[in-house]
Amino acid sequence: MSTNIMIVGVGGQGSLLASKLLGYLLLNEGLDVKVSEVHGMSQRGGNVVTYVKFGDRVYSPVVGKGESDYLISFETLEAGRWVEYLKPDAKVIVSNQQIDPMPVITGQAEYPDHLIDKIRAQGFSLEEIDGLSLAKEAGNVKAVNLVLMGALSNHFSFSEEKWQEAIEACVPAKVLDINKKAFALGRNLKHK
Amino acid sequence: MMKQLLLGNAAIARGFYEAGCSVVSSYPGTPSTEITEEAAKFPEVYCEWAPNEKVAMEVAIGACIAGKRSACCMKHVGVNVAADPLFTMSYIGVNAGFVICVADDPGMHSSQNEQDSRHYAIAAKVPMLEPADSEESREFTKLAFELSEKFDTPVFVKVSTRISHSQSIVNLEERITPPEKKYVKDIEKYVMMPAYARPRHPMVEQRTRDLIEYAETTPINRVEMRDTKIGIITGSISYQYVREAFGEDVSVLKLGLVHPLPEKLIKDFAAKVDRLIVVEELDPIIEDHCRRMGLEVTGKDVLPLEDEFSQTLLAEKFELAVPSCSRLEDHIPGRPPVMCPGCPHRGLFYTLVRNNCTVLGDIGCYTLAAIAPLYAIETTECMGASVSSVHGFNKALGGESESSTVAVLGDSTFMHSGMTGLANIAYNQSNSTVVILDNSITGMTGHQHNPTTGYNIKGEPAGKIDLEALCHSLGIKRVRVVDPNDLEACNAVVKEELAVNEPSVIITRRPCALLKYVKNEPPVVVEPDKCVGCKACMKIGCPAIAFRDNKAVVDETLCVGCGVCMQLCKFDAMHQMKGEA
Repeated sequence: MSTNIMIVGVGGQGSLLASKLLGYLLLNEGLDVKVSEVHGMSQRGGNVVTYVKFGDRVYSPVVGKGESDYLISFETLEAGRWVEYLKPDAKVIVSNQQIDPMPVITGQAEYPDHLIDKIRAQGFSLEEIDGLSLAKEAGNVKAVNLVLMGALSNHFSFSEEKWQEAIEACVPAKVLDINKKAFALGRNLKHK
Repeated sequence: MMKQLLLGNAAIARGFYEAGCSVVSSYPGTPSTEITEEAAKFPEVYCEWAPNEKVAMEVAIGACIAGKRSACCMKHVGVNVAADPLFTMSYIGVNAGFVICVADDPGMHSSQNEQDSRHYAIAAKVPMLEPADSEESREFTKLAFELSEKFDTPVFVKVSTRISHSQSIVNLEERITPPEKKYVKDIEKYVMMPAYARPRHPMVEQRTRDLIEYAETTPINRVEMRDTKIGIITGSISYQYVREAFGEDVSVLKLGLVHPLPEKLIKDFAAKVDRLIVVEELDPIIEDHCRRMGLEVTGKDVLPLEDEFSQTLLAEKFELAVPSCSRLEDHIPGRPPVMCPGCPHRGLFYTLVRNNCTVLGDIGCYTLAAIAPLYAIETTECMGASVSSVHGFNKALGGESESSTVAVLGDSTFMHSGMTGLANIAYNQSNSTVVILDNSITGMTGHQHNPTTGYNIKGEPAGKIDLEALCHSLGIKRVRVVDPNDLEACNAVVKEELAVNEPSVIITRRPCALLKYVKNEPPVVVEPDKCVGCKACMKIGCPAIAFRDNKAVVDETLCVGCGVCMQLCKFDAMHQMKGEA
């Protein structure tokens, strides 16, 4: 059995860097890892989902309905979209940014109210994060991915050093400080 | 041994490197693009973007005949373009190893159809290997070069989106020096005129018989004998779904060579199990092979011909345990892909809608103009079809159509196969208007250079084709260039070119907003006091503009300040934020 993580959001929000970082970390821990990504047309502002699975032996690179242990969401609506994929005891970490999809912009559909409360009401353990503000505090609105990884890191026993090593290996040098700060802001949330 | 987590595509590129491959020529296409991009990172492997897949394959053929291991990569529909050299290369065979990597897209994540490339292997009588993860992608690619030289044939390595775009662990090996293959003039082998092609055909048939022999014993066709109640024949990504859904106890015949298929191996496996199942995405190729051998088999009677599979699908179809899951009561609106904020295509499509144009579309990001709110594009088939088809459309409907119908395609798509259609317009004279959306890059596949950008695959300066001069020399006298973000100028040019009574080309020129060198302008802000909620700015379908409390609001994290929305506001309510970009 593998541990399954879903990283979801809107194309362009930076989920690929988050999965790259997790992949690096998990490989270094000597685990079998598979990461399934979305490229191309489906990335253009559409909903994107990345699967990260790890354990002694991983077969399928995708996560099916009712199979995910963790849901990391860059956006509120996208967290709602993938509830079906969660195990009953799954942990949900969601950055509460709201980006209207085109059917909402054109008036064909409505953005549901109080989604985060409704997800929590399903019995999942949910952490709501103001990812945008924390990323801004770190120095760049694009660093939400590292804030989320910081929050996720509290759920695993991997050492701080291993996370730092992964960040250094995956993040370009010129934005490394901002990203480390963003990770720390996410990781410190549980102490607040 | 060094281990690395690699995309299937990067693992194939690693396979090129390790196999001593020297030349790779490709045209980008999701999900195949990263193979060539990753290969280009090895200085030992010459890599290039060719204008289309046919050219790419012929470049690789030239290198193969010259005596160097070579490859070309493409998406499934790219093989349609390259089919001409493929079928004859099957007769010619190879000098040095020649590998064709093709990436299918079951589920159509980024494609216009769901064709199964295995049919090409069968039709062209070319062997095809199908890896099930990144490590096999590397290993099978190396094996493909060996088989190519051993059996004197091109060899397919076929992947699919889930193999191409999934990372798994790969063991890295050193680059080998392949056996030397000097080019020797051999007219009877390399010139496929009837007299020389006729004796090659029986050699191709014998080669297939030899490959079937090989398929019976090759370790890449692997029996995993466990419990004998169920035996599953599968391969590629489906193998992973089978193991995840059915667990470790079920017996599996995992096929790595999917053409030609073994016979004795399959019969022996079938004889040992009570129930035989074939699990394969898309068409029933292995299943039909089993049926032809008289085996009783479960396959497409249970599994769909469409879409990609998953462990969940297999569990549902074979009534295995499916995990419970909860669901929200709310309807979650879909989030279809859209043209990005600042996309230079947006201004043009707004203009075409404003002029009630009939728009024949093509393959690229601009296909997204077919959906709400623009609904601008009315046809999309394949690369270059817009240009050829607008000519036919106008020939069929005559004058009225000519003054309201346009073809739209990107710079890269025009170079791929729009040029020949434009030559036809100039030659057979229809009063057609072709719009080339020149965003100075191949956009949808993730920013690959093409012959009009002036840079090669490594980003180094390269030859640059002048689009205006090219259109002129193809016989088009009227070639106009306009900035699509300038709505008035764009409108004027579209009106003028539709009105004239001769073929014309409009080039809308502005680089893709996602290119790194494109400097964003400060984001637009809406003054709530001035906004009357008329929604004029929302007609362009920009994902950065939302409507809250009866006013337009711009998401400053998304807006790149292209200013197209500001041109639509009659109430002067939209302004660029001062100071910061």
